[in-house]
Amino acid sequence: MDLHELEAIAEREQAQRPRLRILCCAAAGCQASGALEIKRRLELVLSAAGKLAEVEVAPVGCMGLCGHGPLVRIEPEGTVFERVTPADAEEIVSALEQGPCNVLRCNLNHPFFTRQQPIVLRHCGRINPERIEDYIAVGGYRTLYTVIHELTPAEVIQIITRSGLRGRGGAGYPTGLKWATVAKSPGERKFVICNADEGDPGAFMDRSVLESDPHLVLEGMAIAAYAVGAEQGFIYVRGEYPLAIERLQKAIVQARRLGLLGAQIFESGFNFRVDIRVGAGAFVCGEETALIASIEGRRGQPRPRPPYPAEKGLWGMPTLINNVETFANVTAIIENGPEWFRQIGTEKSKGTKVFALTGKIRNTGLIEVPMGITLREIVYEIGDGTPDGTPVKAVQTGGPSGGCIPAELFDTPVDYESLAAVGSIMGSGGMVVMDEHTNMVDVARFYVEFCKDESCGKCIPCRVGTVQLFNLLTKLRNGQAQPHDLDTIEELCELMRETSLCGLGQSAPNPVLSTLQYFRHEYEQLIGVEVDHGS
Amino acid sequence: MTTPTTDTATDRNVRPASDNRRKILEATMKRFQYQGDALIEVLHKAQELYGFLSPELLSEVAHRLRLPPSRVYGVATFYHFFSLVPQGEHSCTVCLGTACYVRGAAHLLHELETLSGVKAGHTSSDGKFSLLTARCLGACGIAPAVVLDGEVIGHADRSDLATRIQKLLGREE
Repeated sequence: MDLHELEAIAEREQAQRPRLRILCCAAAGCQASGALEIKRRLELVLSAAGKLAEVEVAPVGCMGLCGHGPLVRIEPEGTVFERVTPADAEEIVSALEQGPCNVLRCNLNHPFFTRQQPIVLRHCGRINPERIEDYIAVGGYRTLYTVIHELTPAEVIQIITRSGLRGRGGAGYPTGLKWATVAKSPGERKFVICNADEGDPGAFMDRSVLESDPHLVLEGMAIAAYAVGAEQGFIYVRGEYPLAIERLQKAIVQARRLGLLGAQIFESGFNFRVDIRVGAGAFVCGEETALIASIEGRRGQPRPRPPYPAEKGLWGMPTLINNVETFANVTAIIENGPEWFRQIGTEKSKGTKVFALTGKIRNTGLIEVPMGITLREIVYEIGDGTPDGTPVKAVQTGGPSGGCIPAELFDTPVDYESLAAVGSIMGSGGMVVMDEHTNMVDVARFYVEFCKDESCGKCIPCRVGTVQLFNLLTKLRNGQAQPHDLDTIEELCELMRETSLCGLGQSAPNPVLSTLQYFRHEYEQLIGVEVDHGS
Repeated sequence: MTTPTTDTATDRNVRPASDNRRKILEATMKRFQYQGDALIEVLHKAQELYGFLSPELLSEVAHRLRLPPSRVYGVATFYHFFSLVPQGEHSCTVCLGTACYVRGAAHLLHELETLSGVKAGHTSSDGKFSLLTARCLGACGIAPAVVLDGEVIGHADRSDLATRIQKLLGREE
C-alpha cells in the first residue's frame, strides 16, 4: 500500500457512489429503536420502485440527537429526519424526488446543531463504520502516511505538545508530555493502550465514537505508536459494548488486509499490531494501573504510582495509555496543525470536548462543543431545557468521581480548571441534567452505592469508607440521622480523599461533598427536628 | 447427590454427542498459546459456551493455562461479568446508570421484582428467569433502557415490559 493506492481507493469509492444516499443511524441507541428495520424497509421500497441503482441506503454511526432517534439523513442534500418508523419509508423515498416531506424533518438550524463544533465526531453519522473504503474516501489514513514518511517521531510529539491537547479521560494530563515520557523511557518493547473502558454511568461518548468511526481511533493509535516507538497496541473495551467490539474487530481486520496495520505499514519499517481486550465488568479497570493488570489477565486492582505506566506499564514496559477521544483528536491536529487546534477553546483547555447530554433534558444525545462554552448554553440552548419545562436544578459531570453543579453556577465555562473550582471535574464527558424532582441526597447515595459495589477492596479507606458512607447516607434517608452525622460524613469524605490508593476512592466522596456544599438544606431537612434542637 | 436446582441446570447444559464446546475452548486457549495472560479472554469464551463457570470448568482452565486454581477463582469472582451459578433461561437486565436512574429505572426494577417474584441479581427457582441489573449500557439516549434476552429496549415502558415477560414465562393471562 502506498499513497497512490490509497487515493485510488478513495477515487473509486467516490465514483461508485450513487447520486443519492440515505444514511440510517445504526449506532446502538437507534438500533434499539428499530433502525435496522427502517433500513430494510427503505431498501424494499426503493427496489419496488426500481431505484436501488441510483439511491444507496447505508448504515452509519451516531448522528448525535439520540433522544429523537432513529435518525435518517439524505445526502448530499443534508436533510435529517427524526423519530422515523418503518412505516415512514415510502414517504422518505417519495420525498427524494418531490421535495420536502416536512413531517419528520429535523430542524438543523437549532442550536443543538449550530452550536457544535465537530472534530472528533466529524465523520460520525456520515460514513459507514463497517467499510474502511468509506473512511478512506473522507481522507482517512492519509495523515498516517504523512506522519510515517514526512515526520520524525520527535516532530510528531512536538506537534501534539504544541497543540495543547490534554487527556480526555477526565484528568486532563497534557498528552504531548505523556507521549514524550514514553518515547524517552528505556524498554525493549513499548505498548500503546486505548482506554475504552467507559464506566461512568451516563456516559457514552467513547462507545459512540468506536461504533461510528473506529478507523479514526485506530489511525490515532498508529500515529501515537510511531511517535513513542511501540509496535503493539491494545484497545481495552467494556464488555457491555458488543456492537463497538464487533465494529472494532471488523475495522482491524480491514486495516490489516490493506496493510494499514501490521508489518511494514505504507512500505516503511514501521510495524504496528492492535488487539482488542474485552473488559469483564469492573469500573475500577478505567484506572490505568488496574487496566494494565486486567490486560495481564489478573484481578483489576490498581497499584501505587509512581512508577507511572509511561515508565513501567504493561509487563513492566513503557506504556502509553490514552482515552478513545484523545486518540480521535490526533489526526485532525496533525492535518490542520497545532496552531489551528490552539485557537479553539480556552487558555488552558484547548480544542473541543464531547459530552453525552442525558437525564431530564429535551435534546438527549451526543454533542461536541468548544471548551469554554458555559453550562447554561449547553443546557438551555443545545439541550433546550427539561422536557416538561420544570426548572433545572443541577448538572452532574464526571460520573461517580464528579460533582453536581447547581443552576446558579451555570455561567461556569466548561474547562478543566473551572469545573474543578466549583467542586466537580471535567470527567470523561457524562453530563446528566437533574430537575426539581430529583433529590440530591438520593443522587449522592446512588453514586456512593456505585463506588461501594465497584471498590476493588485493595485499600482500606475505599473498601471500608464507601460502605460506611453508604450506611450513613441510608440512615439519613431513613430519617434516623443525628446532626453530628453530617460532620461524620464530611470527616469521612476528607479521609477517603486523602488516603485512598487510586482515583476511585479519592474521588468517591465528590458527589457527596458537592451536594453538601450546594444543597445542604436537603441533607438538613432529613435530620428534621433535631437540626433546630441542635442549633 | 446434588440439589434439584443444580439438576435442572445441568440438564439444560448437557448436549448430545455433538457437543464440541470443549474443543472450541481448547482452540481458544491454543490461539493464545496457553498463556496465563489470556485468562480473562478464555473465561469469556468459557462462559459464552457453557452459560456459567462451574468449579470443574475453572479447574480445567487453571490446569490448561498452568495457573494456580486460586488465581483463576480470584479473577472469576472479581469481575461482574462472570457467573459461577447457572443463569435463567430468560434474562432481563435493567440498566441502573445515572440517566436511567434519573428517568425512573429504580421504580421499574422494583415493579419487575414484584411481577416476576425474583429479586434483582437472582434467578427464579425453576431456572426460567433471571432479573439482573447493569451499571450503564451506554444507551443513555433512550433511557430507561432494558435488555430482554439480548434485545435492547429503549424508553422502557412498564406495562409493555410486563406483557413481554409474562409471555416469556408462559404465564399469559
